Amino acid sequence: MKHVNLRIRPRKWILAILFLAGTGLSILGIPGEPTAIRPGETREMALRREAESKAAFESAYHVFMSPRCMNCHPAGNVPLQGDDSHLHTQGVRRGPDGRGLYALKCKNCHQDANLPGEHMPPGLPTWRLPPEDRPMVFQGKSPRELAASFKNARFTGFASIHQIIEHVEKDPLVLHSFTYGTRPPLEHGEFAAKVREWVEKGAVLPDK
Amino acid sequence: MIQLTVNGKTYEVDAPADMPILWVLRDKLGLTGTKFGCGAAQCGACTIHLDGEAIRSCVAPVSRAVGKKIVTIEGLDDSLAKPLQEAWTEVDVPQCGYCQSGQIMAAAILLRDNAHPTDRDIDNAMTGNICRCGTYQRIRSAIHMAVTLKTSAAAVQP
Repeated sequence: MKHVNLRIRPRKWILAILFLAGTGLSILGIPGEPTAIRPGETREMALRREAESKAAFESAYHVFMSPRCMNCHPAGNVPLQGDDSHLHTQGVRRGPDGRGLYALKCKNCHQDANLPGEHMPPGLPTWRLPPEDRPMVFQGKSPRELAASFKNARFTGFASIHQIIEHVEKDPLVLHSFTYGTRPPLEHGEFAAKVREWVEKGAVLPDK
Repeated sequence: MIQLTVNGKTYEVDAPADMPILWVLRDKLGLTGTKFGCGAAQCGACTIHLDGEAIRSCVAPVSRAVGKKIVTIEGLDDSLAKPLQEAWTEVDVPQCGYCQSGQIMAAAILLRDNAHPTDRDIDNAMTGNICRCGTYQRIRSAIHMAVTLKTSAAAVQP
């Protein structure tokens, strides 16, 4: 047993030193280098801007991953339903264009507007999932993975990352997500402002 | 008054714009082949075709049908209705029969869009139509038979 202890102790000391060194540097406000320094920015200003960009995304992430948003961005080809994000009843499927299959097209049940009453289908003229060739999966992604996806034109279909601002500010499907059921954790205006802040401050990827 | 086209005929209907199409068909026009099941688009008993899509008429407001063509089980085109009817009879699909109007309207869309559906295609197309008697296996068999009948009918036509 003695022999084993002697072998473990040095490793613990190394870890402790590394931990204290990291904590100390963080307290002193000396984290890593910024990914980019904009004209007129000091290194410290760039670091602050990038930290704010990450924080903004992390706030918006909770909206992206709320059932009102994520349910139509599933990892599979079946939309999700409800606050527990269960598979959509009726076994409906995405279909090539995201509008469903055969007798189970989205608009066969979802009308142009929400219907009154409990458990009635919510509605909008453009009710659909993303199409099969660009499924825009949110489900299962960490903040870093989702942010990276949004920066990928093949994922979004946007020519520029700035189009995501217009999308979250104006797209009827996005706006509609804030009108029924358990609402996302931010008001729409606050959410859109966070996305704008994330993009305008560099669309920096969160750490995890 | 709302003007509707149902099974090729034009009707003037006195109904509020938000009345579900189902109740216009059944109560105003006497077309009772379409059934009320759940009233919440959950079961498929009320399936009709609106401009060629299999909508759930229990939740669709009649205003949605203005300027469009409604087809109910009573007016389904023979090219789809005949093979389905024959297959349904041959396989003896219905038990209580209540859901079968909706089942056939959903199956018609499948046959229109997919001339040779696999079991998986059938499951994907029909899974939203609930049958409390559990006739699903017979529905699947009847759809396969309807494909054969439809193909045979097409082959003998000049």
